[in-house]
Amino acid sequence: MSTKTGNRRLGARLYSGEKSFNIIGRRKTWYSVSAIFILVSMGALLFSGLSLGIEFKGGSSYTVNKSGISVEEARSAVESTGIPGEVIVQKIGDDKIRIQTGTLTTAQSNGVEDALVKAFSVQIESIDTQIIGPSWGKEITKKALYGLFGFLLVVIIFLAMTFEPKMALAAILAVIHDVFITVGIYALVGFDVTPATIIGFLTIMGYSLYDTVVVFDKVRENTKSIAATGKSTYSDAANLAVNQTIVRSINTSIIALLPVASILFVGAGLLGAGTLKDLSLSLFIGLAVGTYSSIFIAPPFLASLREKEPAMIALRKRVEARGATPAAVATVTSARPVQTRGPRNQPKRKGRK
Amino acid sequence: MSTPSKTVKSSGRPARALALLAVLILGLLATALVQGATSLRLGLDLRGGTSVTLQPRASNDSNKITAEAIDQAVSIIRQRVNSLGVAESEVSSQGSGTNRQILISVPGDSGRRVVDLVGQTAELRFRQVLATAVGLPGTGTETATPVAGVSAEVNAAFAALDCTNPENLQGTGADAPSELVVACDRQGSSKFILAPAEVLGQQVSKAEYGVDQQTGTQYIVSLTFNGEGTKAFGALTARVTSLPSPANQVAIVLDGLVVSAPSINEAIPSGSAQITGSFTKVEAEDLANVLKYGALPLAFDRGEVQQVSPTLGADQLNAGLLAGLLGLILVFLFSIFYYRALGFVTVGSLFIAGGLLYLTYAVLGAWIGFTLTLAGIAGTIVSIGTTADSFIVYFERIRDEVREGRTLRSAVESGWARARRTIIVADMVGLICAVLLYFFAVGGVRGFAFALGVTTVIDLIVIFFFTKPMLTLIAKSKFFSSGHRFSGFSAKSIGLKDSADGNTKIAQTNDVKSESVEAN
Repeated sequence: MSTKTGNRRLGARLYSGEKSFNIIGRRKTWYSVSAIFILVSMGALLFSGLSLGIEFKGGSSYTVNKSGISVEEARSAVESTGIPGEVIVQKIGDDKIRIQTGTLTTAQSNGVEDALVKAFSVQIESIDTQIIGPSWGKEITKKALYGLFGFLLVVIIFLAMTFEPKMALAAILAVIHDVFITVGIYALVGFDVTPATIIGFLTIMGYSLYDTVVVFDKVRENTKSIAATGKSTYSDAANLAVNQTIVRSINTSIIALLPVASILFVGAGLLGAGTLKDLSLSLFIGLAVGTYSSIFIAPPFLASLREKEPAMIALRKRVEARGATPAAVATVTSARPVQTRGPRNQPKRKGRK
Repeated sequence: MSTPSKTVKSSGRPARALALLAVLILGLLATALVQGATSLRLGLDLRGGTSVTLQPRASNDSNKITAEAIDQAVSIIRQRVNSLGVAESEVSSQGSGTNRQILISVPGDSGRRVVDLVGQTAELRFRQVLATAVGLPGTGTETATPVAGVSAEVNAAFAALDCTNPENLQGTGADAPSELVVACDRQGSSKFILAPAEVLGQQVSKAEYGVDQQTGTQYIVSLTFNGEGTKAFGALTARVTSLPSPANQVAIVLDGLVVSAPSINEAIPSGSAQITGSFTKVEAEDLANVLKYGALPLAFDRGEVQQVSPTLGADQLNAGLLAGLLGLILVFLFSIFYYRALGFVTVGSLFIAGGLLYLTYAVLGAWIGFTLTLAGIAGTIVSIGTTADSFIVYFERIRDEVREGRTLRSAVESGWARARRTIIVADMVGLICAVLLYFFAVGGVRGFAFALGVTTVIDLIVIFFFTKPMLTLIAKSKFFSSGHRFSGFSAKSIGLKDSADGNTKIAQTNDVKSESVEAN
């Protein structure tokens, strides 16, 4: 109970600026952390690569639903048909065996099914099969890439129109950052990449942007009239916005993670493998990375971009000349934002209607 | 202050918004009932069935991939699939122009039969046999030499042909009708050199299967030729009947493989022929159907074949529903834990969203054949999160406004003015994501994208016509406006400064509070 109350208080204190995490000011730290992640990702991608599912490589998968079949029995039954290539046999749950092979001809594939039917005396209809042609993977890879670039392009244009071009740039950079790190984690851990994983990746981009949009909306509001008031620099105002939305970001991420976690739990626990598990795993990882980037990467990057503008440089000089400590970036004092917020917002809302 | 006038105006509207929502729900419900769509259409991965995706095979000869050829192929495949007589089978093409795939889905457990039926080109040819040998490489060189017109090249290919290699038994349908070809039989036991085709599949006017009258057990397919075919077949049989074996045999070639190669004992001018080839009943039936509806204008590769048994389908459906339920419960618990009574507005909104979604899916199922797949269920569950997200954005915004000293009643309105924009922009991004995923995706991914798109729209409807009006209404109640400690708007949970003005502030009425703000 006490932690909960503490949490709520924290939200209010963050809002008023009474308590503030210096996120924008320490941007070099976050950039370095992310740079390390991205380097590790690139290394993993380069050296171990992604382990692609049969949907991309081509191949066949057979799932036999019968309890009491050992992996060895299944393997010997399949290998007796003399099919080429590697055969992967996994046990899923208590009563399922999944066999994955390379690309097979119709005759070979039928042969494998017949061998399984004979070896385990099951009905042919009860074997779940998936056969992927060798050129299929190229087709869906191509489509996934089109989807990725199409999405980035449309979203940049949309955000640039609704917000500011620099916000669009920072938001997209954060998304690319997320996808990169998520892919890196996949390469590093060696999770299978299937079309469901790709859907997950694409959805993450949507999520990550959603989070970023919420933060940027507040940044925009806080920075609207900073040039006129001359009380805080762009970075200060942006940092306040990040702090004001941090509770919201964390809450929305938790609430988005809850259903995803339940799909992951059910998908991995009950079904063993397949669409649900692949999808929710990539969403789960991506969401975590996305939350991080919408707080620690997108707003600092936006501040970096905006602080280079002559008007913002001039503003910074004015703010510093006003006698505020040069360390204002590092510590937003409690008094200033509290007092500026109330009155400053009143007339604005009037005009807004 | 201009806000009060707005507050008055919009707080007069919640009843209207709620009424609109009720009209929408009733409208959807009525549509669903009129359509008879009381339940959802489930995808094959949830109820068991076979789905096959065929990709046109790029070929160098006359079989160019054109949009017309694909359309024609779709209609031929549809006829073949319909011949199976399985209800709710579907054949459609996906993509645009020549870059299209053909999607076949057949519910139930007809598995391998479907795959065989739709995959074969069914190019039927009648060719004179020039030479035959056991289907192993290195045999048959000597027999082939005497036949006139066989080039050394064909001869070498014949000698090298290995019919035990499954590669050579695929039935590619790549035999050019005007050329000499080498081919294996379907069992892979013998190989042939065959003369150019003299009778073609399109000259067959009728195909039926039945039991051979002579043996009484064997299944056969009987063919009836059209006028042109009758003439050509008569001429072919008349010519070969007097020739020495094997030149008196006529091979019946389907997709490049010899089905049978009977010896012709007399000329057949009647315009009918029989194919025997140790068929099972099902095989004979399918072959007759395939021949009846004609050959595909293109050769196809199987891009993806997925066979889901009804057991797995039921498992996946249950898993999907369980995951959904679990996700909902977790979100409910979190909202109530964090937002107290306000959390019930979230729960209510999610219920409304769920009801709308079910009706929309049912109506779309009857209207455009929308089927709910496992990926669709996943998309729906994921969207619980985004829908709840938009409530949080709004609730937190209201709290921000209260922190700035507004009364709950005016905070609900001014917070809405700001949160609305954020929610619309964020939902637009989600919608863009869904639309692009839908257009660029293949197969199952589309179901996910569709679900994501539909739920995003429903999220907007619910927050505009339910969540917001509800808040306007409850803000009037004493329980919420007085900041009851379970309302989610207590001074404690909002974190109003306790020492300075907190304890009195909760006790204060709205009007006093708003005055104090204006006095600022």
